[in-house]
Amino acid sequence: MASGMSAREEILAKVRAAVAGAPTVEIPRGYRTRRQVDDLVGLFAERVGDYRAIVRVVPSAELGATIDACVHGRRMVVPDGFGRDGGWDDLDTADGVMTHCAVAIAETGTIVLDHGPGQGTRAQTLVPDYHLCVVLADQIVPGVPEAVERLDPSRPLTWISGPSATSDIELNRVEGVHGPRTLEVLIST
Amino acid sequence: MSATFIGMPGNFPKNAEKAVQDSQLRFNLRKATHTIRDKRAEVVGELPDWGELRAAGKAIKDDVLHNLDRYLIQLEEAVTRAGGTVHWARDAAEANRIVTDLVKATGETEVVKVKSMATQEIGLNEALAAHGIAAYETDLAELIVQLGDDFPSHILVPAIHRNRSEIREIFLDKMPGVSRDLTDDPPALTEAARLHLRDRFLRSKVAISGANFMVAETGTLVVLESEGNGRMCLSLPETLISVVGIEKLLPSWRDLEVFLQLLPRSSTGERMNPYTSMWTGAVEGQEFHLVLLDNGRTDVLADEVGRQALRCIRCSACLNVCPVYERAGGHAYGSVYPGPIGAILTPQLRGMTTDLDASLPFASSLCGACYDVCPVAIDIPEVLVDLRAKAPHAAAERAAMKVAGWVLDDHERLATAQRAATRLRRFVPKKGLPGPMSAWTDTRDVPEIPEESFRDWWERAGRSASAEER
Repeated sequence: MASGMSAREEILAKVRAAVAGAPTVEIPRGYRTRRQVDDLVGLFAERVGDYRAIVRVVPSAELGATIDACVHGRRMVVPDGFGRDGGWDDLDTADGVMTHCAVAIAETGTIVLDHGPGQGTRAQTLVPDYHLCVVLADQIVPGVPEAVERLDPSRPLTWISGPSATSDIELNRVEGVHGPRTLEVLIST
Repeated sequence: MSATFIGMPGNFPKNAEKAVQDSQLRFNLRKATHTIRDKRAEVVGELPDWGELRAAGKAIKDDVLHNLDRYLIQLEEAVTRAGGTVHWARDAAEANRIVTDLVKATGETEVVKVKSMATQEIGLNEALAAHGIAAYETDLAELIVQLGDDFPSHILVPAIHRNRSEIREIFLDKMPGVSRDLTDDPPALTEAARLHLRDRFLRSKVAISGANFMVAETGTLVVLESEGNGRMCLSLPETLISVVGIEKLLPSWRDLEVFLQLLPRSSTGERMNPYTSMWTGAVEGQEFHLVLLDNGRTDVLADEVGRQALRCIRCSACLNVCPVYERAGGHAYGSVYPGPIGAILTPQLRGMTTDLDASLPFASSLCGACYDVCPVAIDIPEVLVDLRAKAPHAAAERAAMKVAGWVLDDHERLATAQRAATRLRRFVPKKGLPGPMSAWTDTRDVPEIPEESFRDWWERAGRSASAEER
């Protein structure tokens, strides 16, 4: 290659030479983009539970009292927009964090945070050892395609499926490495 | 510092011969590969549309490769618009220089790292160390490998070759401040790693990562992980540098709906991995640099058969089903990319100029299990056979093949050769053929040469017998 060409120009030129005349590719999208799930709350709760997270289905009228019971004296970070006062500000000494989420996926038992109001910063949801997440029933979608469609790529996104885990030692699953070791999900109906 | 594979001596058969003598290694590998492959089969079986997802995944990646120039420019624009800085690196040396300069500009001498194949491929840790910058691996398995001054042996679980008591020894030996009472219980070992790294995460100003996917349309980078070390590195430090191979693109945001189903189920055998982070440009006040790495990829792209290896999403499903990997282990491949995918990727990325790299296309029985499980349908056996033809062959072998081709090309010549072999059958040894043919008889007997060839028998008896039956 000619000297003086920037790395960018040289790589792009090599790419163009390599694929000159390569055919156009049709992308077959015959997979399911809409799933029919009769009991979204039930399936989501079951799948979150499979990750050894704690799950409770709570009628909306009892949500406040249930959160109180979960907090149980813990020093909790309460992000802006969560709609509750008296949060603990220091991340290093906090015992936990409570958040809402942007969307939840039934088939995979996943909650997705877009770190908007009530969902905290990425650090706030990561450093404390206990994460209490409130999911509204109408935020639950059946599968991954429905979730991707609802999310805004310009926002930082954190997809969470159960507590932090590793299988690096003899493939034994151990919960709790660097992320919150306890994940508790309240599904508000 | 962990060791580097670059310039490793030996070849696959020699390395594998040593590995298969190690019964502890074989036990660890067998247990691990069978556990993951069963988990994978279970969660893949849950999806009625797995075949359709796989077909879509293959086509999306082919579209990326065929239009890579356009998508790279689109990605660069999107990342830049979102406040990130994009750098281009032709090879390992250039990428290492870019990253080193970026770290130096921050004034820091320590960086934390998220598990990344690309940075291992280019030997980034060693390059940083040469400039007085310490790179700390934060994935548990990578930490075990790094502390043990060892090589990774699997894409997903790099310390798969180590058992719990070996890991305990490494921690006691190399982890500052670890309790002498540390047991070899996996939760205890995990807790030791958590405490060891906690402070470092909160203190570090610079992190280095790779990425599983980059979305051209939006400029979004995606990292899938399990432990939370990825989230720590991606969100806490002030500066984030991501080194990513140019083939890791997806055209559109929507394409994640395919790959976020294919990758976790193929890789860890879970419906979804614990944590996936996505970010677009500079986020929450962070400084973000993206280093796009070629390092041989455009050469692979130029090969019409071999380019399908660039569809790889590094799930490691092919390792877990491979009978050769299960017995030989990852180190025998002498590359950060072991197993079937490594056997086609490494010789293409590095060329087949060393004995080791030229031996890799032969590290397979061509059984095809790797192709069956590949979520992007890379026909690994097809590429292996193609590379075998391109690999350098010894003069004697080439001459023998030429003669064989000449004989087999003509039925008269074949019949003459078969009659000659029949007459000489008593003189052909059963074992230990001379010269280069001994490589074949080292592990096999010479097949018995029959008294009469099938052709001669057919001429003599078969033809008339079948005529009578009619």
